[in-house]
Amino acid sequence: MKYAYYPGCSAESTARDQYMSIREVSKILDIELIEPKGWTCCGSTPAHQTDKILSLALPAANLLMAKKMELDMVVFCAACYNRMKVANYEIQKYPDIRKEVADSLGEEYDGSVNVHHFVEVLIKNVGVKKLQEAFTHSLDGLKVANYYGCLLVRPKEATNFDDPENPTIMDSLITIMGGESIDWPHKVECCGGGFALTRTDVVIELSNSILGMAKAAGAECMAVACPMCQVNLDLRQSDINKVKHSSHNIPIVYITQLVGLCLGIAPEKLGMDKCVVSPRSIIEAIKSNY
Amino acid sequence: MPIVISKNKREAGLLNAVREISGVDVARCLQCKKCTNGCPVATLVKVPPSEIIRRLLLNEDDSTVNSDLVWMCASCETCFSRCPMQIDMAAIMDALRIISIKRNTAKQKGNVPLFNKWFLKTVKVFGRTYDLGMIAAYKVGTSNYFQDADKFPMMLRKRKIALFPSFKADKKYVTRIFKKKN
Repeated sequence: MKYAYYPGCSAESTARDQYMSIREVSKILDIELIEPKGWTCCGSTPAHQTDKILSLALPAANLLMAKKMELDMVVFCAACYNRMKVANYEIQKYPDIRKEVADSLGEEYDGSVNVHHFVEVLIKNVGVKKLQEAFTHSLDGLKVANYYGCLLVRPKEATNFDDPENPTIMDSLITIMGGESIDWPHKVECCGGGFALTRTDVVIELSNSILGMAKAAGAECMAVACPMCQVNLDLRQSDINKVKHSSHNIPIVYITQLVGLCLGIAPEKLGMDKCVVSPRSIIEAIKSNY
Repeated sequence: MPIVISKNKREAGLLNAVREISGVDVARCLQCKKCTNGCPVATLVKVPPSEIIRRLLLNEDDSTVNSDLVWMCASCETCFSRCPMQIDMAAIMDALRIISIKRNTAKQKGNVPLFNKWFLKTVKVFGRTYDLGMIAAYKVGTSNYFQDADKFPMMLRKRKIALFPSFKADKKYVTRIFKKKN
């Protein structure tokens, strides 16, 4: 299994833990991930809030690199995933946009590179059977709230990730690992995303409601698939407690870190020491299958 | 918030500008308010998404561009996702932000345009974002030095944020993209 892999800028900074866990998990599952040489930023939210063609040309530049490698693109960061899917969608649907993007890039790109999220690769391409065989450890009934956030599932027309209101792909991965995916209503609510720095007050409002709902639903930890959600829910948890007089203390981990633990990988290698809210309770809950 | 229609003649400029930038036909709106009911910040703003559309259709101009939602919308796209008429509200919000920058309207709390500017500047210079660089520039621009000051030593110790920018990007396309934009 060979893919072009786009880590996204956060992989080198605030989401090194996500990058480390993907690399470790891929090694064990024989997923070959090749980074397009010299990949560049997808533009994220600031680009689409500034200029439409800019917001499509930036991800298209990376898709063009994958096209030249003749490989499908694998992404983990929900924002990068979203921007690439939207770029493909718009370029395929509107000939004038395709022309403008080509003019911006200086090269023609037809929107044809398949983009997969890493979790999709695990479930659909590696497959349930191979995963079950590879797992040496189990989550042993750990109650996990799977948090998908906005950008994986919306807009459905472009991302086509899963059901936009009640996605279940992460839940099925947790179930395969022996965990209990809790049913809760805030799977696709917004955490405040890119307002981490600019409107911390908004992040505190929205993330507080998500953390509160996870707690009310009985979650022992939250699994995320977006670097922005991870930072907002984990790093901001102490601020939320201060402002809201709450007592949230729920570990927020990347779903790939849980996969890594179940593959028997040491927590440090998965970057779990970077979590602000201690994930010790999760590490202690993992049981060997033998 | 009540929509006050003044007797003075107004230009229908904003509606057309939004349509031109976003390509969205606002007139299809049924005012069912599903967008507002799903909007995560609807309770925090004075003007929710459905009212933005109503204001556009009534040719309310300046007050629409200056609405608090313009820079409080988190671009979560719940509105578009739930709209029975498939009106791309998120694209309308992007269009309003672009117009707001063009018209240089009053800065709102948080100064999101300044953050966006520095974010994109680091992309232009390094080909990838440089968190510490844009955070520092944004903090200088907003004179807000102390917020989160306690977090950076911990983040650096945990290597949860990069100290230096990445120099691994091949800026061939990025340089051309930004040059074409200007």
